[in-house]
Amino acid sequence: MAFNRPLLRTSYAEDAAILPTAFQKGAVGIALLLLSAMALDVPIVSAIPKFLLGNTWLSPFNNMLIFCVAALGINILVGVTGQVSLGHSFFMGVGAYAAVLLGGDGSGGLACVPFHAQLGLLERTTRCGLALPIWIWLPAAGLAAAAVGILVSPVAVRVRGLYLAIVTVGLVFIGQHIGVMLPEFAGDAESGRRWPPLEFRLWRRNDGNEDNPLINFSEDGTWFGFLELSDSQKSFFFLLGVVLFATVLAKNLMRSRTGRALQAIRDRDVAAEVMGVPEREYKRLGFAISSAYAGVGGALFAVNLSRVGPPEWSLLLAVDFIAILLIGGAGTIAGTLMGTFFVELLPDFVERLTESQSEAAEGSGVGGAIARFLLTDGSRNDFGPIATSAQAFGWPLPVPLWNFVIYGVLIVVFLIAEPLGLFGIWLRIRNYWKGWPFSY
Amino acid sequence: MSIQNQPLLEVEDITLRFGGVTAIDGVGFHVNPEELFAIIGPNGAGKTSIFNSISQVYRPQEGDIRWRGDSIMGQRPDAVARLGIARTFQNIALFGNMTVIDNILTGRHIQMKESWFAGMKWFGAAKKEEMENRARVEDIVDFLEIQPYRKMPVSLLPYGIQKRVELGRALAMDPDLLLLDEPVAGMNLEETEDMARFILDIRSELGISMILVEHDMGLVMDIADRILVVDFGKPIGTGLPDEVQSNPDVIAAYLGEDFSQDAGAAAGFSS
Repeated sequence: MAFNRPLLRTSYAEDAAILPTAFQKGAVGIALLLLSAMALDVPIVSAIPKFLLGNTWLSPFNNMLIFCVAALGINILVGVTGQVSLGHSFFMGVGAYAAVLLGGDGSGGLACVPFHAQLGLLERTTRCGLALPIWIWLPAAGLAAAAVGILVSPVAVRVRGLYLAIVTVGLVFIGQHIGVMLPEFAGDAESGRRWPPLEFRLWRRNDGNEDNPLINFSEDGTWFGFLELSDSQKSFFFLLGVVLFATVLAKNLMRSRTGRALQAIRDRDVAAEVMGVPEREYKRLGFAISSAYAGVGGALFAVNLSRVGPPEWSLLLAVDFIAILLIGGAGTIAGTLMGTFFVELLPDFVERLTESQSEAAEGSGVGGAIARFLLTDGSRNDFGPIATSAQAFGWPLPVPLWNFVIYGVLIVVFLIAEPLGLFGIWLRIRNYWKGWPFSY
Repeated sequence: MSIQNQPLLEVEDITLRFGGVTAIDGVGFHVNPEELFAIIGPNGAGKTSIFNSISQVYRPQEGDIRWRGDSIMGQRPDAVARLGIARTFQNIALFGNMTVIDNILTGRHIQMKESWFAGMKWFGAAKKEEMENRARVEDIVDFLEIQPYRKMPVSLLPYGIQKRVELGRALAMDPDLLLLDEPVAGMNLEETEDMARFILDIRSELGISMILVEHDMGLVMDIADRILVVDFGKPIGTGLPDEVQSNPDVIAAYLGEDFSQDAGAAAGFSS
C-alpha cells in the first residue's frame, strides 16, 4: 500500500506530478473546500477569517488573489530566471491599459486613433474604449504586456543584477509619465478612469444590453437559481479559478524543459550556455511570460478597484512584489503564494487588530489595559506606539506606517534567518514531522 | 570511408589574448574519433582557456577551430553545444538549487524539442518527451551510481558526488566529444579510481571522444592515448604518454631547468 511508503513511485509521471503524494493532494483539496466554504459564509468556518480580517474580509482577500497572479509572474522572472526586476508594476499597468482600451467604455471610438488630447485632436475628457467582453480583454492584457516585455528585452537581457534593477525602475517612471500624458487612455492623473466591470458576455457592451451580461461578477445576484451571492463572493470564485489556472501553468513551466533552462540561467549562466541553452533567448522568454502574468494581474487589479489613475503603477507596487518573493521564498510557487497571502493580508490584519484593540480599550481589566497601552490618540503625553487618528505624524505611528515598518523588519529578518522564506519554514516543519519522533 | 579518418576536432594555431596577456599562444592539435586526448601543463598554462576557446566562451583572436571539418569560430556557446561538444568545469558549475535529476535533465535540453507553450500545457507531447528523457537520465544515474542523491539539491552534495553529477549532466547531452576539466581534482584515491573507471567506460561503452585536462599524472599517463603539454600558453610537446614523459622540455616545464631526466622520473613522472 502506497500509503505507508509515500515516496514509493512506480512511474516517472507519478514522480513529476504537481502534487506527488496523497497527503498533498488531500491537503490542497481540503484547503480549497474550506476556502470556498468560508467565502460562502458557511457558519463556524467563516468565523475564522471574520475574526482575523473583519467582516468584509472577502474584499482584501480578492485583492490578494489578484496579487497572486502577478506574483507568480515576478517569481518566473526574479525567482526562476534570476533577473531582478523592479518594473513589475509597469507591466501591470500595460496590461491594465490594454484591458481598459479594449473593454472600457469610450466616447472616443475610432477617433482615438490619433491618440493625443494634447494635440487638440480630442477633448481632454474623451476616453478611449471599445467595450469588448472579458474573454477578449483579459487575454489581450497578458499579450500586450508580453509584447512590451519583448520590446524592452533587447536592453534588459544585456544587463544583469543591480543594473537590470535600475533599468526596470526606469520603466516604471516612463510608464507613469506616459500614463499622465495620455488621459484618453489612462484617465485623469488624479482620479483615473473607470475600468470595465467584471462580467462575462459574448460580445460588446452597449446601451441596449447594458444590464444583462451572461454572468455578472460585479453585482449581487443568484447563481443556479438558489445560491444567493454578493458581488465579492462571485468575484472570489472567478478569481480563485484564475489563480488556480495561473498556478498550474506556472508549475507546468517549472517542471518542463523551458523551466529548467530558466533555472539553469539563474544558477550558472555560462554553464547553461555550454549546455546548449541560448541565454538571451531564454531571458527574453522569461521576461515575456512574467510580463504576461503581470498584465493579467494588472488588468484584474484595475477592474477590481474599478477606478484607477496612472500613479497607481508605482515603484512602491513593484517593491511589494520583491517583498512577496523575499518573504515567501523566491523560486518556488508555493512560496510565492504563501508570500502573497502573508504580505497582502498583513495590513488588513494589523488594521483589524487595531480596531479590536480600540474596542477593547473601552473595556476594563487586563485586555483593556493592554489596548490602552498600545493605542494613542496622537497626543504627546501618551506613549502608545499605534496612533488611532490618521492625522498623527511622527511617533506614534498610524497603522499604515506600521505596516511599512513590519514589512521592512520582516524582509531583513527573512534575509538573515531564512533566505528560503515561508517556504523554507514549511520545509523545516515538514522535515521535522517526517522523522518524528526521531530527530534525524 | 574518408569520414572515419577525418579528425573530430582540429585546433589550428589558436592565439587568445586578454589585453597584454597572451593566454594561449599558437596551440594546435587534433582529436580523432574515440580518442582520449589529454592536455597537461603547470598551473596557468592555459589549459582551461583552451577548453573555453573550444566551447566559444572565449573567442581566440587568431587561428581556427574546426569540428568535423567546419569552422566553429564565432558561434555562440549554445550552438557549439548543439554540435555535440559537452564539457565539465574545473570548479564545478552545476545548477546549485536544482536537484540531481533536474541538473541531468537540463543536460538533455538540446535533445528535447518541446516549446515553452507545450511545457505549460504539459499534457500531451511535453509530458511524453519528459518521461522518455527521464528514463534516459535514470540510465545515466545508474551508470554513475548516484541513485541515492537523485532528489537532493546538488549544492548539498559532497564534492566527489558533485563531480560525478557534472559528468552525468555532460553525458546527458549525448555528445560526440567530451571536455573534462580536472575530473579528479581534489579527490582521494578511491574516488579517483571510480572516476577513471567511469571515463574508461564512457569511451568503451559509449564511444565518446574525450579531451582530458588533469594534474594527476598517474591518471593521465595510465588512460590517455595521446598527450599535449602546454606551458605559458605555448605547446611544448605532443605525443604518446611515454614520449611525453621522456621529453626534456616537459620535465623542465614541470620541475625546472636543472633537473635531469632521471630526477624527473623519480619525482613522479614515472607511471
